[in-house]
Amino acid sequence: MTTLTKPAQAGTLESGDVVVTVAPAELGSGIEISIESLVLLQYGESIRRTVLAVVEHYGVVDAAMKVVDRGALEYALTARTKAALERAGLVGEVDGDA
Amino acid sequence: MLDVLRSMLFVPGNNPAMLQAAGVFGADAVILDLEDAVALREKDAARFLVAEALQSVDFKTSAKVVRINTLETGGEEDLRRIVACAPAAVLAPKVQSAADIQAVAGLLESLEQPGQAPVQIIALIETPRGLAEAYAVATAHARLIALAFGAEDYTAALGAKRTRDGLEIMSARSMLINAAAAAGVAAIDTPFTDINDEAGLRADVALARQLGYKGKLAIHPRQVDIIHEVMNPSAEEIRWAQRVLAVLRQAELEGAGAVSLDGKMIDAPIELRARHVLKLAENNPAGGAEQ
Repeated sequence: MTTLTKPAQAGTLESGDVVVTVAPAELGSGIEISIESLVLLQYGESIRRTVLAVVEHYGVVDAAMKVVDRGALEYALTARTKAALERAGLVGEVDGDA
Repeated sequence: MLDVLRSMLFVPGNNPAMLQAAGVFGADAVILDLEDAVALREKDAARFLVAEALQSVDFKTSAKVVRINTLETGGEEDLRRIVACAPAAVLAPKVQSAADIQAVAGLLESLEQPGQAPVQIIALIETPRGLAEAYAVATAHARLIALAFGAEDYTAALGAKRTRDGLEIMSARSMLINAAAAAGVAAIDTPFTDINDEAGLRADVALARQLGYKGKLAIHPRQVDIIHEVMNPSAEEIRWAQRVLAVLRQAELEGAGAVSLDGKMIDAPIELRARHVLKLAENNPAGGAEQ
């Protein structure tokens, strides 16, 4: 299990990119994700799954997250989520190589 | 995929839209740039993005090359993030000595996964010291497949003004191609930086080709086709190369020693040039413009 020590952000609002913001949350609060996207109806669930997969990989169980999507493909969303989590000062053991 | 490198197109490593589009321009290689194209505070994010892009983005026929930072300025972290994602090569910037290449090669060896094809190295020579050491750099390690020339930093170090005709870099271009040829590695020419000057680019590529360069760095997608047009062999050159190899095959069948074509002896360098022409022609079956 890992915890976050500070709020952090990665990505841009340029077309094809996404801004992922993460912040520490109270113990036991779980992962809360809010998503803004022009294609929320079509891809909202896919965006949520992608972000959750990265968060789980890092062993984070409590976090408040915001995703502002500008049409990012899955690889870019994965990369931005990883960068935001790393910037948030992870403490604890991450499984394998992130 | 690195045996033909007519064009190598730089793509900013922290821009998803540009990374996704990079493969459609037909460059022989794309260079996902973690160095000059990425702001210092975004290096970490760019490493993640390039790593994911290497695994997920379809770069079509373009070989995947990553320009890392120097090992003193984050290059080791770059390698730790991207090597397992299997780029074909890394472009090492501001190379000053053989030791620089050996250090990169050592890291590559330690970071590659079991069964992974060895990641090759291209050395970017862009300082007077680097140019003076070019042959030592070119022979520093078996992974070194090419020297590339970066004239902007080089001329800044000289205190020389860059000009359209490039007279100020003529000796450097000649020194670099000589070092590469002596070491048996490829030489890639410096980018032409005025992206709106197509005639200037055409003349610059023609000059590089005349000097012996087989490829050129590109900083904008629209430069790729022009570079290929000029670097591709003409139909006349292709016919010549086919005749050279036909004469050599015939001589081999007859057990002849010295052979000639049109009154000129065909020796090993001529055969090498003919084979290179035909290798380029495979990528361009119709043949280039008559020259």
